[in-house]
Amino acid sequence: MSIVLKNVTKQFGGVAAVNNVSFSVNEGELMALLGPSGGGKTTVLRMIAGLEMPTTGDVFIRGQRVNDLSVQERNIGFVFQNYALFKNMNVFKNIAFGLKIKKWKRADIKARAAELLKLFQLDGLEKRYPHQLSGGQRQRVAIARALASKPSVLLLDEPFGAVDAKIRQELREELVKLHHELNVTTIFVTHDQEEALEISNRVVIFSRGRLEQVGAPREVYEQPANEFVATFIGVMNVLNTEVKDGVAYLGELQFPAHDQPNGTKLRIGFRPYAVQVSTDLTLYPYRAVLRHTFFLGVMLRLEFELPSGLTLRSRMTKEEYAQLGLEDGREVSLQIRNYRVLARDDSGLPPEKEFKYQPPPTIAEHI
Amino acid sequence: MAGNVKRKANGDSHRKSRRGTEESPAIKWALIGVAMAFCTVFLLLPLVNVFAQALSFGVKTYFQALIQPYSLAAIRLTLLVAGITVPLNVVFGVCAAWAMAKFNFRGKSLLITLIDLPFSVSPVVAGLMFVVLFGLQGFFGKFLLEHNIRIVFAVPGIVLATMFVTFPFVARELIPVMQATGTEQEQAALTLGASGWKTFWHVSLPSVKWGLIYGIILCNARAMGEYGAVSVLSGHIIGRTETMPLWVESLYQGQTDASTAAAFSVASLLALLALITLALKTFLEWKQAREYERAQQSQAPPMVGETGFLMRQDVR
Repeated sequence: MSIVLKNVTKQFGGVAAVNNVSFSVNEGELMALLGPSGGGKTTVLRMIAGLEMPTTGDVFIRGQRVNDLSVQERNIGFVFQNYALFKNMNVFKNIAFGLKIKKWKRADIKARAAELLKLFQLDGLEKRYPHQLSGGQRQRVAIARALASKPSVLLLDEPFGAVDAKIRQELREELVKLHHELNVTTIFVTHDQEEALEISNRVVIFSRGRLEQVGAPREVYEQPANEFVATFIGVMNVLNTEVKDGVAYLGELQFPAHDQPNGTKLRIGFRPYAVQVSTDLTLYPYRAVLRHTFFLGVMLRLEFELPSGLTLRSRMTKEEYAQLGLEDGREVSLQIRNYRVLARDDSGLPPEKEFKYQPPPTIAEHI
Repeated sequence: MAGNVKRKANGDSHRKSRRGTEESPAIKWALIGVAMAFCTVFLLLPLVNVFAQALSFGVKTYFQALIQPYSLAAIRLTLLVAGITVPLNVVFGVCAAWAMAKFNFRGKSLLITLIDLPFSVSPVVAGLMFVVLFGLQGFFGKFLLEHNIRIVFAVPGIVLATMFVTFPFVARELIPVMQATGTEQEQAALTLGASGWKTFWHVSLPSVKWGLIYGIILCNARAMGEYGAVSVLSGHIIGRTETMPLWVESLYQGQTDASTAAAFSVASLLALLALITLALKTFLEWKQAREYERAQQSQAPPMVGETGFLMRQDVR
């Protein structure tokens, strides 16, 4: 285990920004800390770095408890959101700064800097100052600087923060490639779920200071631990149903709920792709009208309205759409293939289980 | 008829070309004229006059007035006072600005107000405060007399008065610069293993370099030019406790033409100092503005197509 957090809490003026969080990061892993802003993910990153001290709980780096170690002693590389390059130093001096501080020999510093300049495609730019670099070059300098003294972990705070879509894609791929080449344990903070799912080995999801789930991207997408994760990761249809005689109802929609007593309220969720559509009105149990079609590129998002007024969201490719001969206003039949119970009795989220992934209770898979 | 219409249309388009918020040219030029005339009469003419008067008895008299022993003593004392007060105020200013810009604490706004106090207190009153504290009848008077320490009517008093008056200059210049720089660069230095002192020396100080120099220059100009507070504490002992401004005044009181010319000679040195200060100030303001622009730039998001991986692939 490269990094372990055990029951870490951080309070700012009595408010818990991070609340009893535990998780671990494996050596060489590319880990995303994901959550909406204010979720506590940056605070967690800063506590690993030593820029913030936990109020309670322990942080371990490579088996060593680092609570009492200062930032300087932790041997971490940190890339700030705005890169925080030293604007009065050129690229070479920026990269060499940490090595000089650690009293490396001049020749070694030169060799290491040259190696990094080459690796990050910065050769020829060593005399430039930060304001003379493009955004991408600046980020590469920031990462090179952070990696110069071979830290045990690379920490990145919103590395693709305020960047437009195209460049963000390039930077993502670059980070993945870098991680492949160097295999250094990397943790990055992001509020973009797509980004986290795309490039990380595992994702830690936070909301309001609490850890909601840890898992591989596929795992958190397909088996969300709770309603927050389910709705935060990807799009989800969420229905508030009520059980009557072993069936959960909302409008005309019915979901089997054999073992649930009457009057139980179940919150049921399903992904858009779980909604199957046919123009044969007798094929599937529910009738609906296609209200809106949204073009998302290759995929289309469809909104169907049921006779009771309920709206369901679905997704399909352009080809499927054309094959079915769909258009706005067309009447169709629907069925819902996979769904899960997100919450019971409206009592909120199911009880938290840290560390280990616990699948939420499901009643039955429909078909 | 047709010509009439055309001219009218022209007139309209002229009027439209001026923005609604803009004054008419007459008002614009009148305002500029008033400002220029004011500057000429009250600033430029007196300045030129100082040099004209100083040189009215010829270059030789001019330099003789400067190298006579009492003038040299005044120059020496002025340099000594500035040499003590400016470094002390730099240390204080950096500490105060650091505290203001990087920390939040109770009484912060009170401290900022206190730093500004010397700006709002008349220098004469400031001088009197020290006389009341350290004079023979003063609060510490007896103690100082017993221990044979002289502050009032001696060099320490002049230094104290100058310190008080120049107190806000460095801090005032640094606070906004430090606030704008933020703490990220310093945090980055810490994560790279730098100690607090090394971070300060290699990262914090260079990034506020121009603001600091700016503050030092203003502080120095005031330290050398201060009259009121110093006058109260100096006792006007010629050759011992007279700084340049005081010596100019003494010479001018001499009432002979020669001493008036000598007064203007010494005054011309102070005027020269003012001009150099002004030039440096303008240069530093320009430098700082550029620095700020760059800092803004280096935080802006990267532009499309400028980076990375795809380009790298192409190269291979």
